[in-house]
Amino acid sequence: MTVPTELYYTPEHEWIAISGSTASVGITDHAQRALGDVVFVSVPAAGSRVSAGEPCGEVESTKSVSDLYSPVDGEVTEINPEIDDDPGLVNSDPYGAGWLFKVLLDETDGDVPPGLLSAAEYAALTKEDE
Amino acid sequence: MTDFAGWLMPLRYASETSEHNAVRTAAGLFDLSHMGEFFVSGAGAATALDYALTGEPSALRPGRARYTMICAEDGGILDDLIVYRLAEDEFLVVANAANATVVGAALSERAVGRDAVVSDRTDDYALIAIQGPRSAGILAPLTTANLAEVKYYASYPAQVAGRQVLLARTGYTGEDGFELFARPSDAEFLWAQLSVAGADDGLIPAGLAARDTLRLEAGMPLYGNELSADLTPFDAGLGRVVKLDKSGDFVGRAALTERANRAPERQLIGLICKSRRVPRHGYDVLWEGEPCGSVTSGAPSPTLGVPIAMAYVRPQVAAAAAELAARDHAAGERSDGSRDGAASTGLAVDVRGRAEPATLVELPFYRRPA
Repeated sequence: MTVPTELYYTPEHEWIAISGSTASVGITDHAQRALGDVVFVSVPAAGSRVSAGEPCGEVESTKSVSDLYSPVDGEVTEINPEIDDDPGLVNSDPYGAGWLFKVLLDETDGDVPPGLLSAAEYAALTKEDE
Repeated sequence: MTDFAGWLMPLRYASETSEHNAVRTAAGLFDLSHMGEFFVSGAGAATALDYALTGEPSALRPGRARYTMICAEDGGILDDLIVYRLAEDEFLVVANAANATVVGAALSERAVGRDAVVSDRTDDYALIAIQGPRSAGILAPLTTANLAEVKYYASYPAQVAGRQVLLARTGYTGEDGFELFARPSDAEFLWAQLSVAGADDGLIPAGLAARDTLRLEAGMPLYGNELSADLTPFDAGLGRVVKLDKSGDFVGRAALTERANRAPERQLIGLICKSRRVPRHGYDVLWEGEPCGSVTSGAPSPTLGVPIAMAYVRPQVAAAAAELAARDHAAGERSDGSRDGAASTGLAVDVRGRAEPATLVELPFYRRPA
């Protein structure tokens, strides 16, 4: 299982890449392994508001469905245009081509949004799972 | 890996979709050693099984097998089984792992005074299945059996890669395939031999997740989903496994006779969903926006590319939904698959709070090419 050190994480197995005032969001390698083959992802529409900790979509796999939680507060600016046609990108490249949506953060004072885990913290969390 | 009735089993080896597709187009290898194996032997074995099961094992010729059920006195299904007649006075009964204890106890109790001995041989057998259109081609060079003569639902003692097995042409995938009952000490060797022999033909190992979507596409019931002690074989649309015309009494006869002559309270139907949100076990089925039944199994179908489900609904709803499906079919649906007011006027599944329109289809969802 890979946990890139430059990303932030949530206990709900999302990853967050922060670049300036924009956060890119996806699900982790651990999550995609647990879910199995992803067949459909519903993501929040561009322009919609999302709030940290609130459900904003779902990830359907062969065996199960999971809610997708927004890790941050803000406005969705972009959704991955490939993911609808090829949800398997979540499995094949969870931290890259399998990204899900981008959020313009409400607070842009340069701080990392509250409540996110570091790679080390997330790795420790998923280790407990196993 | 997952805990399955006390057995640690792989849900998937790599990708369950690839495993599913391999079984449909090439071949897949399954470890089914969790299944319960019971031998019923003795001069009274056939009579004892005729009494214990809904079917008529005494009518089987040695070497042949049949899908059957074991019911409680009230007609409720205790398990679905495959019974193999190995010899005049010897039968192998294969049960689901989760029900093996119940089946073993019921068989033993029902054999009392009938000159038959029931022995639980689950630990004496590993079970490896090779399933898919290329199974016979992969297996043929490895076995002493002439596969062209091994009929569907038949079994033969044979050697595979030099090891003694009971070779059966049975399965739970909707494809041609074979099941090998082998000594546990031979299992790893046989698995490796089959893996190597089939590699060039696209054979890959397949886990429980693929097994579930394969059997669902093939419209085959799963105990705990479509079958339970609260349901009779008639509820599941499997009244054909109840041989009411066999001579002699059998456990459940009175209840099942009554049930056979009564209008059913529910009907098992097949559904295809129009959205990509997947109906899952336990979700409500809606008719005209009102609950009319419940999903028993649902999954995204790798072969059809859409979510499919089996569900129990009221028979009136099944009839109306079939009529609606036929009418839609005749009229030709719009290219986006929608219908006016579909969510409120037709069949739908409540997928976590949202009604997703669905169409009734005949089971099975998938039938292998002839």
